[in-house]
Amino acid sequence: MNIKKQVTLLDKIGMEKAIGKIGADISKRLLNENIAFVGIQTRGVPFAKRLSEIYSAQTNKTPAMGRLDITLYRDDLNQVLDWPVVKESEIDFKVEGKTIILVDDVLFTGRTVRAALNALSDYGRPKCVKLAVLVDRGHRELPIEANYFGMKIETSPLDYVSVLFNETDGKDEVKIIEQNI
Amino acid sequence: MNKTSDNFNSSSIQSSALNSRHLIALEKLTCKEIELILETAREMKKVFIASKEGTRSVKKVPALQGRTVVMLFFEPSTRTRNSFELAAKRLSADVVSIAVSVSSTTKGESIIDTVRNLEAMACDIIVVRHKSSGVPELLSHKVRSAIVNAGDGAHEHPSQGLLDIFTLKERFGSIEGLNLLIVGDILHSRVARSDIWGLTKLGAKVTLVGPPTLVPQGLEMPGVEIQYDLDSALPSADAVMLLRIQQERMESTFFPSLREYSHRYGLNKKRLSLAKKHCVVLHPGPINRGVEIDSEIADGPRSVILDQVTNGVAVRMSILYLLAGKL
Amino acid sequence: MNEKIVIKSGRVLDPASHLDEILDVAVIDGKISEIGKSLNAEDSKVINAEGLWVCPGFVDMHVHLREPGQEDRETIASGALSAVYGGFTAVCCMPNTDPAVDSVGAVRYIIERAKSAGFAKVYPIAAITQKSEGKSLTNMASLFEEGAVAFSDDGRTVMDALIMRRAMEYARGIYTNGISAPISLHSIDENLARGGQINEGKISAILGLAGIPSCAETIAIARDIALAELTHAKVHFAHVSTKNAVQLIREAKSKGISVTAEVTPHHLALTDSELIGYDTRFKINPPLRSEEDRAALCEGLKDGTIDAIATDHAPHTQIDKDLPFDSAPFGTIGLETAVPVTYTILVKSGILSPLKWVEALSLAPCTIFNLPGGKLKVGAQADITVVDPSADFFVEPDNFKSLSKNSCFIGKKYSAKPVFTFIEGKCFSLCL
Repeated sequence: MNIKKQVTLLDKIGMEKAIGKIGADISKRLLNENIAFVGIQTRGVPFAKRLSEIYSAQTNKTPAMGRLDITLYRDDLNQVLDWPVVKESEIDFKVEGKTIILVDDVLFTGRTVRAALNALSDYGRPKCVKLAVLVDRGHRELPIEANYFGMKIETSPLDYVSVLFNETDGKDEVKIIEQNI
Repeated sequence: MNKTSDNFNSSSIQSSALNSRHLIALEKLTCKEIELILETAREMKKVFIASKEGTRSVKKVPALQGRTVVMLFFEPSTRTRNSFELAAKRLSADVVSIAVSVSSTTKGESIIDTVRNLEAMACDIIVVRHKSSGVPELLSHKVRSAIVNAGDGAHEHPSQGLLDIFTLKERFGSIEGLNLLIVGDILHSRVARSDIWGLTKLGAKVTLVGPPTLVPQGLEMPGVEIQYDLDSALPSADAVMLLRIQQERMESTFFPSLREYSHRYGLNKKRLSLAKKHCVVLHPGPINRGVEIDSEIADGPRSVILDQVTNGVAVRMSILYLLAGKL
Repeated sequence: MNEKIVIKSGRVLDPASHLDEILDVAVIDGKISEIGKSLNAEDSKVINAEGLWVCPGFVDMHVHLREPGQEDRETIASGALSAVYGGFTAVCCMPNTDPAVDSVGAVRYIIERAKSAGFAKVYPIAAITQKSEGKSLTNMASLFEEGAVAFSDDGRTVMDALIMRRAMEYARGIYTNGISAPISLHSIDENLARGGQINEGKISAILGLAGIPSCAETIAIARDIALAELTHAKVHFAHVSTKNAVQLIREAKSKGISVTAEVTPHHLALTDSELIGYDTRFKINPPLRSEEDRAALCEGLKDGTIDAIATDHAPHTQIDKDLPFDSAPFGTIGLETAVPVTYTILVKSGILSPLKWVEALSLAPCTIFNLPGGKLKVGAQADITVVDPSADFFVEPDNFKSLSKNSCFIGKKYSAKPVFTFIEGKCFSLCL
């Protein structure tokens, strides 16, 4: 049991393309909005930064940047075995009137995004919140969908989707680790 | 692997590592545990204090929703109790303050009975203040809840120690190599003991200053120095913490008069000028203006006394959050 | 009682006659009838003592039996039973009961209660001053005639030196067989020790508990040595705990002043490092001291400065010991652990010879308080303690016969245990 099979879904070039596509999409559609990228800790942060760079390049505007740790908003704190470390949140701008792009690497159950939406609303009342993810792997437990995504894949609930960024992990890669029981 | 499999796990594989279910003393914490509490407190502070432009309109988080924190204060205290209460509320815990008659050491209901009664009503964390050293430790062996020491006798006041360290770290960036002067009644001070353990573990030096009647020799240890003359200790200080002089101690002849005490150990502008330019002034409060500290110092630019109060809430949020992980 | 008992082939240890040999001991009618090799055991109950030590009955010259007044902690009967199970054939009980033993009636009461219990012998010690308040003397002569064996205000110190002087002087004039009534002194300067909870030092500083400096003991003992020199009274120092006190007593003895001293098993075995953790079982007065003090106490026993081992058996209920540290009472029980603890610390480690150890537990207390017993000799009352030196002894509260369980030795492992206690020929088999 527990034999794991790893399949690479995106390599460095694949990731660059996928992120580029999302960035271009946002730049086009939200050109006239007062936007801010908020990356969800941990992998949402480098992803948001890359998106903002694309946005700046294509629109000549510098969007606001923030990072959000959703630990204190998790709905499973009464059940977790490994108590999570609180990571840095940093939103140094007023969220009022802004179109916030929440950015995360993987969209799965939707619970992280739910937590992020709650956290965000404690900062204030943005004009609008959009969601950008690199991988949508299905199995939603809440009515949440991404506005922008790099790829949609079929997974088993036990699989683990690993997204690596050069900034945090030393390389760019998306892979799926299958769990055979 | 992931039983509650969702993408939380991808972002937080690390677990918070407090070794004990209780927070009794900084003496018992490792460096790593202290750093974890301080790091977490930094984030907790952002929950209620604006950083630059961003303001949170809601100054609380739902992390401890459904948990019950009991304030069990056998000794009157408004500051520490308020600070813990606010911390618990900012984490969305339910908070109950229990009024305990001060004379509860009489026979009949023992302190252990009192706490077991509270537990029977399903509380999770009990924050205890008691005039006798060792009470939190005693309770920690007898109950299931997490015990947080909010000050026991002359033993320790770990949350105060942590907030002092947090305040110094905020000011100086790093604790290592700093020299903190603690001035006054060390003998009866739980704050001094917590500061000594916490700061020396992080590589700071602590200099205890006061009349020999109030500075126990037994506290001399690596990283701790004892001096009896404030003026000669001040030039090497990065920070000075004044301890409150309890007027009632005078009657026990620890020193002849308040006047003589202030003359030798009271911090005034002239004295403070002996210290380094960057030297800051701390006080665990409540302050006796004109006794251990002059008003113009307490309210002056070098005072971080109000920062200590703010940071107290952040540090206590961090403590409650991290202990909830052990429930 | 006409039954003859022969204790066969044990190692007979009698410090009075310096006897240390494998011999038989025969007991008839509550008295030792014969000591010798291969005694005739026909028609006798035979106790095989091969590998065991046969000693004069151990005597604990310092216990608290709590009756009258605090019978929830201990009674004379439960304490005397606890003594038997600890290998003691007799105990001397301190007068700090409620009311204090400062009247002839109280002395008589204790003697009668002990007799009806029928376990270890109980010798009452009477108070020096009324209610042990340190103010006016008790009727010492009457108390002595009634059966008090010594005087003590144990638990308190007679702080007024003049009263102390008078007590010593007066006691000198009370005697049996030409020997003055002994005074057992709890010598701790109460002003210096005021509010103190544990030994003053690094540990008290760290724990934030008020300390009792060791000089609180040395100052009081120095005063009492000076008074003993002045009055020629028979002065005994209870529960000596410090290196400096041992040195003072050593010097006093060398000057020919009539002083003796006892030490407790816990001061011989433990130090104040046990207090980290605020366990009130280790809250004892005098407090557990430093390792240096502990070593000096062992040395004092070895060189004869300290004469006797006494437990200061001090029962307290769990409810009282569960109080906050500074409200909890001082004291540990000790009767049922003294033999294993002191054997392990003193004999097994080679500090004392078996004979010297037996002397500290039997002959020495009998000599100091002028009690019968302490010797194995033909014709003497058959008060005998038989010890198995090879046994393992694990201290478990459930095994205690004492009503209280507040032992500072719980959870610790020692060697040796008493296996038979004979009181005037009556055999108590202690094997569980």
